[in-house]
Amino acid sequence: MGRRILFITSDQQRYDTLGCNGGTLARTPTLDRLAAEGLRYERAIPQSVVCMPSRSTMLTGQYPSTHGVWMNGVALPDDAPSVADDLHAAGYRTGLIGKPHFEPFMDPFMRFAQNRLSRDGLNGTYRGFEHLEFATHGARGPLHYADWLLREHPEAAGWFYPVLDGALEVNAMGGGDTGAPQVWANQVPREWYHTDWVADRTISWLDSLDTDDDWFCWMSFPDPHHPWDPPASEVGRIDWRDVPLPAGYPTDAETRERILDAKPRHWGAWYRGEVVSNYEAPLDWVPATLTPDQIREVNALNAVEVELIDEAIARVLTAIEARGWSEDVDIIFTTDHGELQGDFGLLFKGPYHVDGLMRLPLIWRPAPSANIAPQVIERPVGLIDLVPTFTAIAGIDTPETAEGAVLPVKDTDPVAPCQERVLTEWDSVLFGVEVHLRTITRDGWVCTWVDGDHGELYHLADDPLQQHNRWDDPALASVRDDLLADLWDHQPAMVSPLPRVQAPV
Amino acid sequence: MPLGSVRYERVIAASADDVWALIGRPERLHDWFPGITACSVEGNRREITLQSGLSLPEEITVLDDRLRRFQYRIDSPFFPYHRGTIDVIALSDTSCAVMYATDCDPRTMALVIGAAAAAGLDRLTEIFPTPIFPTPE
Repeated sequence: MGRRILFITSDQQRYDTLGCNGGTLARTPTLDRLAAEGLRYERAIPQSVVCMPSRSTMLTGQYPSTHGVWMNGVALPDDAPSVADDLHAAGYRTGLIGKPHFEPFMDPFMRFAQNRLSRDGLNGTYRGFEHLEFATHGARGPLHYADWLLREHPEAAGWFYPVLDGALEVNAMGGGDTGAPQVWANQVPREWYHTDWVADRTISWLDSLDTDDDWFCWMSFPDPHHPWDPPASEVGRIDWRDVPLPAGYPTDAETRERILDAKPRHWGAWYRGEVVSNYEAPLDWVPATLTPDQIREVNALNAVEVELIDEAIARVLTAIEARGWSEDVDIIFTTDHGELQGDFGLLFKGPYHVDGLMRLPLIWRPAPSANIAPQVIERPVGLIDLVPTFTAIAGIDTPETAEGAVLPVKDTDPVAPCQERVLTEWDSVLFGVEVHLRTITRDGWVCTWVDGDHGELYHLADDPLQQHNRWDDPALASVRDDLLADLWDHQPAMVSPLPRVQAPV
Repeated sequence: MPLGSVRYERVIAASADDVWALIGRPERLHDWFPGITACSVEGNRREITLQSGLSLPEEITVLDDRLRRFQYRIDSPFFPYHRGTIDVIALSDTSCAVMYATDCDPRTMALVIGAAAAAGLDRLTEIFPTPIFPTPE
């Protein structure tokens, strides 16, 4: 028997939503405890700030340029590496329960295995996972959760927020008390909501395993990604009227616009509704119309969803303890990318490489039997380091295809050459709007190259909200140029031929 | 809302006549287009059944053996506008270019239909002999 691995992900969750990271809105005692008992990373950075490329990095251990999922809507190739394959080959039982999103969801032709398997009611196998039960943000589509809900509780299917509108664009419809986009009063009972369903199915699968089995379970919650439609029974946990505005939200419109105008053009262009460069931001919504109360309500509902996740994790941990596995289970919690949640007067996500989207919660509670001391790790790490970490836990070699290294367990651990900087990519070509970014984080700086425009340069300690773009500061030209030189020395080349976009998401 | 518009093309190492013999028979769409399980034609009406179970009625608007052009539209309230066009153009006696274009409202469906069509063009390169040279994505 070896160390088991419970890999928990949420979707689109900010670093500062957890109590252990200084968050004050959501109560997250379970994750806070895991952080206190284990390793809490102060700066975990995704290699992409949208779902499909980032999730593919978590599975393959490769940059988007290498695995080929260069934007949402591009399918991960069937023959891409999968850490689940490696672990399964090493004797691990492997399960993926919750949101996958390695292939597009919008798939009327049912061309993708993720959707076909679900539609056919099959539970495996898929990319090395022998057991799968899939869910996403609502009750539509072919995934297992939607099928379960329609079968067991058909009346609830229409209670969720309609993520897409009649034109198949991301819905701009407002709801709640403030009319904020993607906010909704969902009458679904908590027990039928996808967060609890993911925990229930995880517990069920773990219960099906033999006590002596080694296992790798990826429990993947669809929340707190928009829509913000948690069960109405839970909304009263946090009164949005009591929610403070985020530090990253300049309340004065003139200040917001001045900050945005000092950034590359795509920032202000989106704010003013001139350009939408990410399908997942509603086309018919203009960020400049976002009100302080809407930000408060969004953040309150987001925090409710974070609390539900924390409580769901607690149930799963109780089940693991009941099986007698606790001493030998490594638990890793993170998310695929962040959410702007009012920073700069923006919501959702897009080609914006700042902390709201790039600073992620990451907790690794090593198996107690491994005797690894609790630490807070300050140095930057990437989600690209997860695959080598999983394989190290399992005691097998890092796959040759992996481009990261094992997560440090203390700041004084030797720095692997590939961990001297963390790189993040953005590429999108959608309906005539094209954006390409390359970002390097190292030595306390974050520096972003923007194709066809200037770029962004921030010192993370001096400017924690990234409100003062120093790209054009002559005094920092050599810093910027050194960072860019290092970026281009280490940025993997884009896979060729470029995989085609199959769907918007 | 602007239309979604996509176009894909492939060079195939077969004569235009040979390729048109397949593409120019709208009732055989499911032999090369992925994700379609059935297809029936009556006059200028075609009904396709997708692997998801969804059925789509279509109107065949052009079927021109001389031009080797097939054009159709999805005739469903869900699609305020749609036009799909397939052209087979002779490059030599033993090679041809196949071009698929679709213009669509909702625009998102242009991506989805176009990408499936591109996979269909890939399938054509398997049905007919190996391409004489690789073609870019």
